[in-house]
Parts: sequence; C-alpha cells; structure tokens
Amino acid sequence: MTARTNEPERYYNYAYLDEQTKRMIRRAILKALAIPGYQAPFGSREMPVPYGWGTGGIQLTAAIIGPDDVYKCIDQGADDTTNAVSIRRFFAQVADVATTEDTAAATIIQTRHRIPEQGLTEGQVLVFQVPQPEPLRGLEARETETRAMHAYEEYGLQYVSLYESVATYGRIASTVGYPTMIDERYLMSPSPIPKFDNPKLDDNPAILLFGAGREKRIYAVPPYTRVRSLDFDDYPFETQTWEEDCALCGATESYLDEVVLDDSGERMFVCSDSSFCSDRRAAGHAGSMAGHQLATLDKAPA
Amino acid sequence: MSIAFDLARVAAGFSDPTRESQQVFRKLMDAMARPGTIYDLSQAPEPPSGMHRAAGAVALTLFDFETPVWLDPGLHTEAVEGWLQFHCGAPRVAEPRQAAFALVADLSAAPLLADFNAGDAKYPDRSTTLVIQLPSLEGGPRVTLTGPGIKSEATLALDGLRPGFWGEVQENHARFQFGVDLIFVAGDRLTALPRSTRIV
Ligand SMILES: [Zn+2]
Repeated sequence: MTARTNEPERYYNYAYLDEQTKRMIRRAILKALAIPGYQAPFGSREMPVPYGWGTGGIQLTAAIIGPDDVYKCIDQGADDTTNAVSIRRFFAQVADVATTEDTAAATIIQTRHRIPEQGLTEGQVLVFQVPQPEPLRGLEARETETRAMHAYEEYGLQYVSLYESVATYGRIASTVGYPTMIDERYLMSPSPIPKFDNPKLDDNPAILLFGAGREKRIYAVPPYTRVRSLDFDDYPFETQTWEEDCALCGATESYLDEVVLDDSGERMFVCSDSSFCSDRRAAGHAGSMAGHQLATLDKAPA
Repeated sequence: MSIAFDLARVAAGFSDPTRESQQVFRKLMDAMARPGTIYDLSQAPEPPSGMHRAAGAVALTLFDFETPVWLDPGLHTEAVEGWLQFHCGAPRVAEPRQAAFALVADLSAAPLLADFNAGDAKYPDRSTTLVIQLPSLEGGPRVTLTGPGIKSEATLALDGLRPGFWGEVQENHARFQFGVDLIFVAGDRLTALPRSTRIV
C-alpha cells in the first residue's frame, strides 16, 4: 500500500485488518451494544495466530484501537505470559499504541479468562477472548436449537442443569464460565473467567466486549448494565473464597492461584492479577513469603 | 467512454480514512454504549449540502456495499447521491424494511419507526439503524432515560421531533429484542438511543 505522508511505509494495514473488515466488525459491535448479551454473527477473518490464541479478541481490538489508545493485555490475570506479551507487541507494532501493565492507565484491556482486580472506569474498554460464546452449548449441540432458545427466551434447560448440579453436589458446581443473565433478557457466557469475577460484570462503568474468532460471534455488555449470575433462592450464587492470603502481597480479597514450589509439594497462593499484586508490593504491602523469588520471576501460565 | 459523474463536483470524504473512521467509530461506540450522551464530531469533513456533518461522518464510517441505505426523499440530490455513491458505494433501497441504514432529513415526513426493519427473533441485529437529522439535540421537551449504558438515569431534550415520536420510541423498546436503533445528529453533534433504552 502507499505510505501516508510523514509516515514510514507499511507493508500491512493499520491494526492489521483491512478497512472493510473493520467496518463489518464495527457494525456488529454497535448492534451487540444495542442488544446486550445477544451473540451477533460477524465474518471472522484469518489472523496471524491460530484459533485458541485469542483471534476473536484480537479482531475486536483491531477494529476499535487507535494511536491514542493505551493497551494492556493479560492472560489469566498476568501481563507477562508468552501469549499476553506477544499480543501486546503485535498491537504496539501494527497500531502504534503505547502499552502498559497498569490497569488504571489502559484505555483498552484485552483479557483471557480474568477481570482485573482494580475496578475499571468510564471510558475503558475490556475485550474478552472467548473460546465458546454459547452458554447453552454443553446442553445442546445444535446451533439452530440454541439460537431458538435465545430467540424465545427458553432457558429452562439451563436451570434444570444447574438444579441437577445442586442435587448431585449439594451446590452449583460450575466455577468458570458461570452463566449470567444480561438485563433480564439474554443468557450469556462471561467467557471462562472464574465465577469470582462474575460480580465485577454487574454495573461495571467500562464497556465489555466479547469476541469469539472460531465461532464468529461478538457480544457486549454496555456500562452500568444489570448482570445477574443464575442461582436459586435456596442456593444463592457464591464466589470462591480462600483460607489463605496472597503470600507475596498479603491481599485478602483477590483471586489466588496455587503455585507448587518444589517436589516435596510445598506450595504458595499468589494473586492471579500480577499487576495488582506488584502494585500492592510497591506500596509496601507484604505477605507471608514476601521477597520469595517467585515475585521476580515470570509467572508461568496455569 | 462516459464518466458516471464529475469527480470535481463530489465533496471530499475523510482525508485519512483509516485514522478518521477509527476516531469517529470510537465516538459512535461510546454513544451507543452510553445512550443520551452527546458527542462532538466537528473534526469530520464537510458533507454535501443537506447532510449534517455528523451524519456524513456516520456514513463514511459505517456504510459500504454490504449495507442497503434508505435515503430521505429530501436528500435525493445529485450532490448527496453522488457523494454517498463515490465514498461509500452502498446500494440504495426504496423500501424502509430493506434498509440496514436510513438517513432521515425531515422526520415529520419520514416513515414510522415501525416501518423499518426490526430484525427477526433469531437475528435481531439484522435491523435498521436510523440516522435522524434534527435542528438541535437540546432545547426540546425533556425525557428521562434508563437502561443499559445509563447510570441510574439520563435526560435528553431533542428538538424538532414529530408529534408522538417518543411514543414510537417507547413502542420500539417494548418489543425488544426486536427494534430499530437510533442515531440523532444536529450539525457536528451526535447522540444515540439503542432499542434497549427505556423512556420513563
Ligand atoms: Zn498478591
């Protein structure tokens, strides 16, 4: 393509996607925002990463990002995994954006399987990578059937499934991708976030966008939208809790990953959100194993 | 060999389509996500006579060969039709129900909201988005809005609406998931009302 004036020649489109593809995705985003929780189809394009590496999230980011944005990318809460680093570098190169690990400084945060611990603010966009957008897929394999269930608000099967879980386990067993009801109309998968994060979806000041590349679906939750995790009067929704605090920063209310330290089985619990944890340590907070070498190492993806 | 139209008579579009369409889209996305909030698009290029600047920015950003457009009879001018044809290449439709986008210049004479495409049960996104030009986005009768995108409640006082229009908007919301989505423009400014917004 021809270089713009005052800019070195590029051998790819700005933000990788061609303008027609961006327009198509942008139109789908607007409809997804107008019909919260509804899965809008879009013509997914081939991306330079395989499915399962965040193609849906990458295409959403590519359709909205501009040179004034500040971009953060996390994988299961961590900024420093191979996947998060490579996606962040990709957008730094193809979209000329500044990148950050600081949740508060980011205008666009792309995420796989977590919502940051620090509350989001108006003007921020959280882009979720979604492997399977259909919350009913485990109960019904046929897309024509699940689409009809959404169309006619036939969600009885989902409640039966949850109740069977209660009958079998004495509780609702689902811990990731816990089903949500958006503005009391559309059943929505929150992507494979831990149910610990579900309450953060409700009444969130940020725009929440969800992209599934292989399944070619975009869905959205506008700011300040009611997001209810399904439950029963006698079995109310509950999030995970831990006996432990974060061993590095001492946080008592963050989502913790269990890390096995050696062959003898010694283990520690640390914040899944690496930026949150390092900010707390920088502010002087310390856990029982503060200073452990893990604090300075790249945390391997779980 | 004949030339379809005289290029010299087609008003300019974006000078940098990639950058400018991204900037306009982010405001559109914010507008659709935050119903009733007003956004400024004064950076957009001057559209042909009869079109407001913000309406032109929406067209340049969203319209293309995949989006059938219903055009207000008041905009059936060589300047507007030639500009849309040249910059967007969108097919024109005469039937409101076939439109992905509708560009309304005179709301008093335009079809009812219910005459446009409200989508279908399984694909409610296959519905018309109307871009409605008004004299002002402020100064009219005040209504209160609630729903997704709105922290408790918002107010909007659009000027130049036709009689009964807010009733049409209420009916449009009442049949959710069906419905059309509305973008109002006045000069450089824009605000949006998706079908999810309740008028109280
Ligand atoms: Zn920690």
